[in-house]
Amino acid sequence: MTTEYTAIAALAGGALIGAAAVMMMGLTGRIAGVSGIAARLLPPWDGALAGRIAFIAGLIVATLVVRLTTGRLPPLTLDIGPIALIVAGLLVGFGAVWGNGCTSGHGVCGIASLSPRSMVATLVFMATAVATTFLVRHVM
Amino acid sequence: MIIVIQFVVGLVFGFGLLLSGMSNPEKVLNFLDLAAIPSGGWDPSLLLVMAGAVGVTFAGFQLVRRRQRPVLGERFHLPPSQTLDWRIAAGPAIFGIGWGLAGICPGPAFVALGYGSPAILLFVIAMMVGMAAARRVADRQPSLASALTE
Repeated sequence: MTTEYTAIAALAGGALIGAAAVMMMGLTGRIAGVSGIAARLLPPWDGALAGRIAFIAGLIVATLVVRLTTGRLPPLTLDIGPIALIVAGLLVGFGAVWGNGCTSGHGVCGIASLSPRSMVATLVFMATAVATTFLVRHVM
Repeated sequence: MIIVIQFVVGLVFGFGLLLSGMSNPEKVLNFLDLAAIPSGGWDPSLLLVMAGAVGVTFAGFQLVRRRQRPVLGERFHLPPSQTLDWRIAAGPAIFGIGWGLAGICPGPAFVALGYGSPAILLFVIAMMVGMAAARRVADRQPSLASALTE
């Protein structure tokens, strides 16, 4: 299914994500990396657990707030079977922790910090994601 | 106080993902599908999301860096290891395969949980299992564990 190229909303949404990352670093001194925060919801726990729960809760509640205030939600199309979905989730979770970051930690915060490691990470996951999407959509 | 701040940061982050359309896996996959460029089916939105996010973060981090410590914290928690080793490529390579398969990465996964879809819940559970597995494997190799637990 095609989706519309939404340039203004994409830029504005990206700017909000950036604002969140800056708030996180400036106020709490931490990287707004979702995979790092999510992985540390699992034991062993340290003293910063409550803040991490609050951040993840904020992500989920954002959807509820948008639904309550606008009466609707942006479309969510997921055209994939349960087995592939589980495999994808396992790979995303394992890979993000193994590589010390995901799209937010490496792709946004890392690149904005001019970290060579994050630039390599972002190029690599972009490349394997493009290759995987190509295989799934055009070969298999 | 810091808990309220973290909640608000998550909220703003979530609004950004919803506004940008990145909470929709199909939109992400339509960006990753470069082969759709000739047919006009390619959706370049994700590039602009990255540009907006990196631009604001880069500018904001310049301001933050002038401070000795964060407003509400004792110190800045920055990633400890800056060396380029094989894990820098292996982790992201695995992550990218999963991302390219479903079009969901961790941030949008939690935002999409708010849609109440059982499929998204299944993905999030699998993702958390994957994260736990990576931490377990890393714990067996002390040099890796220190890098993953900072």
